[in-house]
Amino acid sequence: MRPGLPLLWRRTVERYNLVGSRCETCGTHFIPARNICPKCRRKGKIVPYKFSGRGKIYTYTIIRVAPEGYEFFVPYALAIIELEEGARITGQVVDIHPDDVKIGMPVEMVFRKIHEDGDEGLITYGFKFRPVNEVHQ
Amino acid sequence: MRKVAVVGVGMSKFGELWDLNLRDLVVQAGINAIKDANIDGTEIKALYGGTMASGRLIGQEHIAALIVDAMGLNPIPATRVEGACASGGLALRNAYFAIASGAYDCVVVGGVEKMTDATTAEAVTALGGAGDQEWELLQGATFPGLYALMARRHMLEYGTTEEMLAAAAVKNHANAMHNKYAQFHNPITIEDVLHSKKVADPLKVLDCSPITDGAAAVILMDLEKAKEHTDNYVEIAASAQASDTVALHDRESLTEIRAAQIAAREAYRQAGITPKDIDVAEVHDCFTIAEIMAIEDVGFFPKGQGGRATLDGETKIGGTIPVNTSGGLKACGHPVGATGVKQVVELTWQLRGEAEGRQVADAQYGLAHNVGGSGATCVVHILKKP
Ligand SMILES: [Zn+2]
Repeated sequence: MRPGLPLLWRRTVERYNLVGSRCETCGTHFIPARNICPKCRRKGKIVPYKFSGRGKIYTYTIIRVAPEGYEFFVPYALAIIELEEGARITGQVVDIHPDDVKIGMPVEMVFRKIHEDGDEGLITYGFKFRPVNEVHQ
Repeated sequence: MRKVAVVGVGMSKFGELWDLNLRDLVVQAGINAIKDANIDGTEIKALYGGTMASGRLIGQEHIAALIVDAMGLNPIPATRVEGACASGGLALRNAYFAIASGAYDCVVVGGVEKMTDATTAEAVTALGGAGDQEWELLQGATFPGLYALMARRHMLEYGTTEEMLAAAAVKNHANAMHNKYAQFHNPITIEDVLHSKKVADPLKVLDCSPITDGAAAVILMDLEKAKEHTDNYVEIAASAQASDTVALHDRESLTEIRAAQIAAREAYRQAGITPKDIDVAEVHDCFTIAEIMAIEDVGFFPKGQGGRATLDGETKIGGTIPVNTSGGLKACGHPVGATGVKQVVELTWQLRGEAEGRQVADAQYGLAHNVGGSGATCVVHILKKP
């Protein structure tokens, strides 16, 4: 899908800063933000939450046949990251050869270009993840 | 609720059918089903049409109206049902309710997708609509990619190997050899799968179902009316459905499709049977890993044993539980909206003993497992020979 300008603009805070939400009743974190906690429903108390951006690779793949607009990045590592707060999110893993990506690898969020709609179209920015050296943590 | 029977089934050829449009496909399937039911069409009081992405693929919405018009069945009510790759199964389930509720005595279900008018890139993009656009697809995910994320976890947690995945595709190609409607009639080997082009590691091209044109149709009737009409009916012993998160990353476990487990459990309860009673199954093998998870989720094998069981031939015809005798999505083809209906067409042939070179001996119970997207929707039906 070609993302339209309003779609990207309305999610800028969430996408650029990894802001989701947290249910204060049960302590569960959500990204993207949920306004209803699936566990607590009406008993849930939802507040905005900015994630640290740190986490570990829960699972990954190497995309070799890309969707329209992503051909430039092929082959790229796509992973589900388990953030340290417990929520999981899908994102690309960069600054590493895709073959070297491993489950359990510690990563942190980086701000990158996500998608380009031709030479004159919209450029989408957002989060990707890169490996971090645990020694420096 | 009243009991419901399948009294007629039909399908079009599945494949890259450049000379046929959506109307042609659906009319072929519909005529075959009406003939098979031995009715003239006036008995049919409503139509349910399953299609996922006709708007994106051929620019045509309002599909149920188009189908009912093409089939010459106006002015009966016609309703489109959409649930991504489970659209066909969902259309069938809605038709089932229409009869079970007593609203109608006879209805037709049609599933169809015309996919090859679009370029491969357009089709891939259209199918992406089954996932979470903003939080998966926009990040660069593809459908093979999402299933690859599950495959990687299954391999890590249970020791499933690429050979085990490949064995599902090899079996399904072997089964399709005996199905004249199937897209592929070429046997493949485990080596062929392992050496095919990588799409999203660990999945290769031959782990993936193809892009297919095709349609399938089923005529349902109130069970008591069906008994008066024919001896050649099959009873729908269960119809169950469950939902889960659209985004894969929101699920607790990636080695199972929870909606499938829940729908299957409910289906067994309705039918009053256990997984051991099923003689033949059509499961949603959009990717090889999906078949491995499916045969675990519906209870044929313990979690983690599906890969080994497949490699050992337990799901072949003649094995402990034959799976995807039609060739499955992998080799019979996957015209998305038609798939869930085609599964029931195949099971009906199996239970009536009409599955020709791929017949499972003495099949009494058949199970159809139809999944939408990466598992946000799952429909399970159990069919029973009277
Ligand atoms: Zn809560």
